Amino acid sequence: MASTETQPKTAGAEGAEATTAPATTVPTAVETGAERAETGAERAEAAAGNDLAGLEAGLDALDTRTTDRTPLPVLLRRKALPPLVAVVLVLGLWQAAFALHLKPDYQLPSPLMVWDALAEEWYKGTILGVIWQSVSRGALGFAVALLVGTPLGLLVARVRPVRAAIGPILSGLQSLPSVAWVPAAIIWFGLTDATIYAVVLLGAVPSIANGLVAGVDRIDPLHLRAGKVLGATGLRGIRHVLLPAALPGYISGLKQGWAFSWRSLMAAELIATSPELGVGLGRLLETGRSYQDMPLVLGAILLILLVGIGIELLIFAPVERRVLRHRGLLR
Amino acid sequence: MTVTTPIPAATRIAGVSKTFGKQHVLDDITLDVADGEFVTLLGASGCGKSTLLNLVAGLDTPTSGTVEVPGGRPALMFQEHALFPWLTAGKNIELALKLRGMPKADRPAEAERLLELVRLKGAYRKRVHELSGGMRQRVALARALAQDSKLLLMDEPFAALDAITRDVLHEELTRIWSETNVAVLFVTHNVREAVRLAQRVVLLSSRPGRIAREWEVGIPHPRRIEDADVAGLSVEITEQLRGEIRRHGQH
Repeated sequence: MASTETQPKTAGAEGAEATTAPATTVPTAVETGAERAETGAERAEAAAGNDLAGLEAGLDALDTRTTDRTPLPVLLRRKALPPLVAVVLVLGLWQAAFALHLKPDYQLPSPLMVWDALAEEWYKGTILGVIWQSVSRGALGFAVALLVGTPLGLLVARVRPVRAAIGPILSGLQSLPSVAWVPAAIIWFGLTDATIYAVVLLGAVPSIANGLVAGVDRIDPLHLRAGKVLGATGLRGIRHVLLPAALPGYISGLKQGWAFSWRSLMAAELIATSPELGVGLGRLLETGRSYQDMPLVLGAILLILLVGIGIELLIFAPVERRVLRHRGLLR
Repeated sequence: MTVTTPIPAATRIAGVSKTFGKQHVLDDITLDVADGEFVTLLGASGCGKSTLLNLVAGLDTPTSGTVEVPGGRPALMFQEHALFPWLTAGKNIELALKLRGMPKADRPAEAERLLELVRLKGAYRKRVHELSGGMRQRVALARALAQDSKLLLMDEPFAALDAITRDVLHEELTRIWSETNVAVLFVTHNVREAVRLAQRVVLLSSRPGRIAREWEVGIPHPRRIEDADVAGLSVEITEQLRGEIRRHGQH
């Protein structure tokens, strides 16, 4: 604190010099560890400015938490092993129940019989087509639901009269099982694809819209104020602040929307059966039932479950994890 | 050096009052902050310090009176860092640059320059949650400076930090203020902080907020919060502040 008796504003040039000086002297001071005995005055000056930078660097180092990722083997043991054990346990119980003849074979087949039934479908060469029929329908329905649900959600979240008018209906619709729409859809559209898509949309759109509304509601008001101060108003505010801030809630809405799409799709395929509609997983299940083929029925249920879980794990879970990790909401 | 022409002001607050419903929060506040000046607003709770900052920031409008900010939209730093957690430190700054209208090609270099100014070189790619409290406030300061505004409003920006970090950031703020030509209006309830930083300390009384008294701080920089001069003036101001607070207990 030597040469600054003057007010900082009048000593603008000096001040600037004093603060740049340490930056240039830092490396030499470090490099010449052996020859410490340099000119005293120069060192003192360097130390004064250097002090703060060094202190700050130290504070930063002390306060920074290192977020190292857990190694893969540990991760596998912690995340993959428990569900695997659970599945093995369930299969074991199932096999035990079969071995004890709790129910006749045609009502309770063994896991192996179900496997064989699925293998038979596989060898017929139709099973992939059946799965694809359902998955492609589910995906298309979900995509349309996304396009409808997103603007709807934004409207409900941001426009107060709209919210008052349809907000409660939208959340009420979520608790209505979408199977309830199937008879109505059949009367409207007959046994066509339109029936199936109508049911899927009625199931998924409210979930997606509600997810976005919840996401917007949970935005920290401070972020909206900060956005305003930075000049992000109107559409720029929506694009740069509102939408990214609402993303976590929106993604959980999408996840739920997919689950609802898939559920509604299976209900629709199961009830609305017609040769023109092609064979999806729901239809496979219905075929099994009509032949009293319990292994096939259980196999179809298993496939429906696997596709639902698979899409969630392969698509939604990684996206959600990425978003949450970036925000420090996940370890 | 006689000043004949009026000094260009960073903000002119003239006869501003603010009421929320029946509550009279600010009463007839008149305050100018000159270009490049550092002013702290000091007061107990309920003096409407933050309300006044919001008015200057344009987040709210006064019930009566006028607030002029000739240099355009002022920058504002909050007590919490208010950085966007979906962006990296660098991208937070770049967003401010983008919203100010800087062409895309110039933004990364300018963001780096600002990070260096707050001594956070190399933190560009850091996520907000990876930074310590002090680092976050420095990135927030860099983002505020990125607006290239002539006036920087600060709403108790260091109140949530530990004492050591706060001390360091006081030095940084003083350095950056003297390097840039920005005017600062700094709100705090910490008397020593006010004296440590400012050229002028303005004391507000509470309920409603009125300007009670002003002090010019003639103590030369570099100052430290432990300095005898800083402590001396702080004692004087604290006495006055306590007097203001006592009045409220008397009825």
